[in-house]
Amino acid sequence: MKNDPSLLDILRQQGVSRRGFLKFCAATASLMALPPGMAPVIAKALEQARRPSVIWLSFQECTGCTESLTRSHAPTLEGLIFDAISLDYHHTLQAASGTAAEEARKTAMEENRGKYLLVVDGSIPTGNAGYSTIAGISNLDMLKEVAAGAAAIIAVGTCAAFGGLPHASPNPTGAVAVSDIITDKPIVNVSGCPPIPVVITGVLAHFLTFGSLPELDHLGRPMAFYGNNIHDRCYRRPFYERGQFAESFDDEGAKKGWCLYKLGCKGPVTYNACATTKWNNGTSFPIESGHGCLGCSEPNFWDMGGFYNALSEPSKGTGNALGWGVAAGAALGAASGLMARREKDHASRSHQQVTVDDLKREESP
Amino acid sequence: MNRPALPAIDVAAWETGNVLPLLHEIRHALQNLLDGDRETTIDLRALPMAPGEEARLIETLGEGEVSVQLNALGKSEITETRYPGVWLIAHYNANGEVLGKFIEITRIPGLLKSQREDIADGLQALEDELHEK
Repeated sequence: MKNDPSLLDILRQQGVSRRGFLKFCAATASLMALPPGMAPVIAKALEQARRPSVIWLSFQECTGCTESLTRSHAPTLEGLIFDAISLDYHHTLQAASGTAAEEARKTAMEENRGKYLLVVDGSIPTGNAGYSTIAGISNLDMLKEVAAGAAAIIAVGTCAAFGGLPHASPNPTGAVAVSDIITDKPIVNVSGCPPIPVVITGVLAHFLTFGSLPELDHLGRPMAFYGNNIHDRCYRRPFYERGQFAESFDDEGAKKGWCLYKLGCKGPVTYNACATTKWNNGTSFPIESGHGCLGCSEPNFWDMGGFYNALSEPSKGTGNALGWGVAAGAALGAASGLMARREKDHASRSHQQVTVDDLKREESP
Repeated sequence: MNRPALPAIDVAAWETGNVLPLLHEIRHALQNLLDGDRETTIDLRALPMAPGEEARLIETLGEGEVSVQLNALGKSEITETRYPGVWLIAHYNANGEVLGKFIEITRIPGLLKSQREDIADGLQALEDELHEK
């Protein structure tokens, strides 16, 4: 693909001025959660960037990830990024079907061997191969075949990243994540059920711009989007600090917008960008709409002990297990907040994260 | 279905407490611009904001003497706030959805200047026009 136009050429062909391009770069920096000062660097990189070939494989999934990605209508920033990549295979979106579709995949693989980007949504069944097939090829075989020639893999959605819903107990299909099968390629996990659209495109934009993958956390997720937990960046956090909690979905506390911790909010153990990026073009996110976070970007979120059961309180270092019942008073609420923050400081310093399992371990004597 | 009206709910203004520190950051940036011509850009999307908080920030900054609408890849609104040197920039796509919101502390936002490539294209277009006459 030597004579492919650069992204800049494509934008100019579409009548986008230099000003428009600079605006695109500023928005892209924001999209990638990079400092605004990076916009000129992005402009310089994109002037030379070539269209990468992308092969998108959908395995055991509900198409929610593709829905999320395509929800915003062209011409948006996401749309422009899709103009800038060569999406050579996506069985839901492509016009070709049957043999022609599989031919497109094979051609893209041959022409761009070692250079194409593989995007996967859905988990891979390891039980009976017949649980999920495409063109008669089992998901497992197709993943191995396509991954072999890929430069890198982006696992989109919690199913591809961690097994997700199909992996939930008792996991009837033996579903596993991409990283359980492929171990010799760089893999980025863009988790969420579904992931925030701009987070998916942000990672694609990063690859497109710099030809490399962003910095990842210990679960293979981009730090730029999954570096902070929902709780730490939640606008309802001050209520938690003051010990003001909604006790049911229709009490005074709920009406006043108090913290949803006692109603099962998984914000404290969930790492995602919802509280800042928000959904539906920045309209709101679940907590802003009055419902706790489900923790959908974390491994095993379906089996985290129930969406409406409160998490137990972190109590490391005090030898005193603080149930949330104890934290009801304002002073104690603030104290436990401080403790949670110290916990978080420690966790981010040592690049560890506090998981539900840790909390449960802490609580048991 | 003649039910009595539901009682009004008294919700205190939600806040993350981010507005005041942000105003102080702007103050420092403005001092930097005055002292050494150092420019600053703040990405508003990178900060957690409670409902209504961003509106309160923008209201505090107010409107100054300059207000420009850019039409490139959708609209952009570029406004000098009532504090000269502090600009509010909002980028929208063609559907009016927000692509990004920034506060720039600068003498003039770079996007307002005519760009070299666009000037060259414009020159070409004008010459073509004159040749046809």
